[in-house]
Amino acid sequence: MSGDPLEQFKATFFEECSELLADSESRLGGIRLSDGPVDIEDLNAIFRAIHSVKGGAGAFEFTDLIGFAHVFETVLDKLRNHEAETTEHVIDTMIACNDHLISLVDAARDETVTDDAVTQRLKAALNALIDGGQPAAAENLHEHVSEGVELPVPPHGNRRYKISFIPHPELFKYANEPLLLLRELAGLGTAEIVVDTSKLPTIEALDPDLSYLSWTINLLADCSEDDIREVFEFVEDDCDLTIALDEVGDAAAAQAEDAPEEPPASEPTPPDESDTGKEPAQQNVPTPAVAAAAATAPAGNKPVQAKPGGGGAQSGTVGSIRVELDRVDRLVNMVGELVITQAMLKQRIGELPADMSTGLSQGFDDLVMHTRELQESVMAVRMQPVNSVFARMPRLVRDLAAKLDKKVQLVMTGEMTEVDKTVIEQLADPLTHMIRNSLDHGIETAAERTDSGKPETATIHLIAEHRGGRIEIRVSDDGRGINRQRVQEKAIEKGVISRDDNLTDEQIDELIFAPGFSTADAVTDVSGRGVGMDVVRRNIIGLGGRISVRSEPDRGTQFTLSLPLTLAVLDGMVVAVADEKYIIPLTSIVESIRPSKKQLNRLSNGADVVSVRGNYIRLIRLYHLFGIPQATQEPDKGIVVIVEIEGGELVGVLVDDLLGQQQVVIKSLEHNYDPVSGISAATILGNGRVALILDIDGLNMMAQSKNNGSRNTNQTLAIAPPALAIAGAEKPTDHGNMEVKDGA
Amino acid sequence: MAPEAASASAGNMMKTPDQDAVNEDSRSAETFQYITFTIGDEEYGVDIMAVREIKGWSEPTVLPNTPAHMRGVLNLRGEIVPIFDLRCRFDQGRTEATNIHVIVIIAIADRLAGMLVDAVSDIISIGRDDFKSVPKMDRQIDTEYLSGLATVKDRMVALLDAEKLFSMRDVENGILAGSNTPLLQQAEA
Repeated sequence: MSGDPLEQFKATFFEECSELLADSESRLGGIRLSDGPVDIEDLNAIFRAIHSVKGGAGAFEFTDLIGFAHVFETVLDKLRNHEAETTEHVIDTMIACNDHLISLVDAARDETVTDDAVTQRLKAALNALIDGGQPAAAENLHEHVSEGVELPVPPHGNRRYKISFIPHPELFKYANEPLLLLRELAGLGTAEIVVDTSKLPTIEALDPDLSYLSWTINLLADCSEDDIREVFEFVEDDCDLTIALDEVGDAAAAQAEDAPEEPPASEPTPPDESDTGKEPAQQNVPTPAVAAAAATAPAGNKPVQAKPGGGGAQSGTVGSIRVELDRVDRLVNMVGELVITQAMLKQRIGELPADMSTGLSQGFDDLVMHTRELQESVMAVRMQPVNSVFARMPRLVRDLAAKLDKKVQLVMTGEMTEVDKTVIEQLADPLTHMIRNSLDHGIETAAERTDSGKPETATIHLIAEHRGGRIEIRVSDDGRGINRQRVQEKAIEKGVISRDDNLTDEQIDELIFAPGFSTADAVTDVSGRGVGMDVVRRNIIGLGGRISVRSEPDRGTQFTLSLPLTLAVLDGMVVAVADEKYIIPLTSIVESIRPSKKQLNRLSNGADVVSVRGNYIRLIRLYHLFGIPQATQEPDKGIVVIVEIEGGELVGVLVDDLLGQQQVVIKSLEHNYDPVSGISAATILGNGRVALILDIDGLNMMAQSKNNGSRNTNQTLAIAPPALAIAGAEKPTDHGNMEVKDGA
Repeated sequence: MAPEAASASAGNMMKTPDQDAVNEDSRSAETFQYITFTIGDEEYGVDIMAVREIKGWSEPTVLPNTPAHMRGVLNLRGEIVPIFDLRCRFDQGRTEATNIHVIVIIAIADRLAGMLVDAVSDIISIGRDDFKSVPKMDRQIDTEYLSGLATVKDRMVALLDAEKLFSMRDVENGILAGSNTPLLQQAEA
């Protein structure tokens, strides 16, 4: 971390900018997609976001950024005041501007220069919008943006305001900084600022946290009163503010004439384009000088005695703090180590003679409870709504739909479903892929859709929900479904399957996950980006997740993605198979039984089933799948752990023994090695040894492909048959749901 | 453990006669340090910069359906580290590991891996000119895993290219097969 406070504030500013702009982007996207009237709240929020960016940029003197943000803001202001209409064109322009603002922020952060032509073009577009609303009034705005430039410039405003700004003593407590406000005010026109120090106490009585100063400002500018109020937007409640219009200059007419012949785009300008304007002399003012002038301008009247810091014009008390992810991660790691140590202690206590361990165990039980609570609290810190990923999707859909010339609407449900930050990070890629896939392959063109009697506009549903201690995300479209014949032909052509293979429909659908498979006739830049669904699946499996596809011809395709809520800890049942110990995630366990001989049956295809209360449950022999010798082979001598797999089906896993329930810290196996079938991750037991966490669905797939393999030796299918092939009707699960949330 | 490696390299700085002999021969000022270890009668070297630590053998947790030379994973201060049996890797059969066997932990790219070897023998400094290229011949190791040969006190040391040794087959191809049937069939066989 940098020791320089200014650098730290800058870092905070950039972080804030990216969040604000991401938010405004998603709102703009929302406006673009919705048919109805524009929600004024959205416009307000976008306006505030851009305004905050501008304010912060002012504090750090990023002139490019301020200049652009200001014009942008002006347009937004008109929109929210209903002075201009929110047409599709306007929104598109604003989306483009928002994008450009993001790149300007990036440029400011990386200290690089953006393409000025883009800035100018977009500014021209924005100015055109402004002109569309009110031809003359706002035209000059973009040249007043740069603070302090007015110093060497003759006054050119046409209205004289008398502003009295008397901050309440507590002003500083809310991280407000009058200096910044005054600077911004000076940016609107020519300001004469007079400070009133009469309330300033003697140095002994002075409380540096209170504000004693007040200001009277004579502002010569051609902005409206609202523009001035906007400067004080964040401090309105913490000061007495009066704004009076003194006189109206007669320059208005001349200004209006000047306006049309001043298209900013036509003038090639140096990077500090905020100086763009009529005065050529101004262009020669080097940026540092401007900056210096800006710094001294308001302060020159009287040094403002204020706390350094505050960071920018931020308002109000907030219910949250900004913490570096690193720190949270460290916390999570430490709690993880604590849990391991605790497991070790538990083992030791268990080895003690009963008379010694009784008192100890009592205290230990409390410790266990506290640790668990601590862990849940820490994990809750990292929980975030999936919204942060979902928010990017409308934009993706809109862009792709435009590119592919298809009509698509995106309906999102469950955006507020919370998952761990680690999972969120992993969601973006697969989601993007699945949506791209739906749009590119699944959804037909409007004409095709009308021909087949479907509504012209296709619908993609994006749904997130908690399900059995996992998060499940579904992407479904109402397109043409998977073209099985083409998929099969392609797979044969690519040697993924052989011509003799007799595959079920579901198996064909699953082929799209096969390595090196892409059905697009031409590799478009939409889907054919080099990474296919196979990579998506591999990454998901690596995270202990699953992805499956279900398709109906002409009805649509549904991708289902399921991931653990957190990638950090899980509650597990430790089971033994011979000398090996494995962990079965508790959330998937339904019950454990020791079946009698009567309960065991063998199907004609060689699969074992156990009958449990009238239901037949397939048996997975772990020792067989993992090749472990000396394990219990007869189900009636071992234990069958009945677990729920994807789709709600139950299977029984045969193990030797149950060793107990334990919370385990998930350690990645892939970090140093590669994914292993049937294993989702590893953990460290109390004795310091590694134990493997079972991936039940992976086991199920292994068992099935093993069965298939023994039945059909021609089977060269590289991927296992889908779990979906055997999926029954989905039933909602009620156990284990959101365990982590309960404690939060 | 790390201290061992550290003390060993400290010893090296004091220049034992061994290294002097090597250094005198060297015409190039640039030298490379290798940790050498034995497997049976053969001596191998691996770049000292890749070695993270050297520890005694402890039985790892077996990963199912992995190649025979993949002995399993160990907990190395919270990291799950795969352990490879180098003898087995070179097709000389499985090492019957005992307490005196040694695991050399090396870093390959940003991954950690452990090599099970019989014993760690020395740290050698090799000048650029002392590298001999590997003659094309029918050896027990595929020559692509060797970065060169060196002669130290009349012994030949085969210098391993750790990155190629482990990344090529296991990490890149073999185990990626998350649900690969060939692996399963292998296990069945």
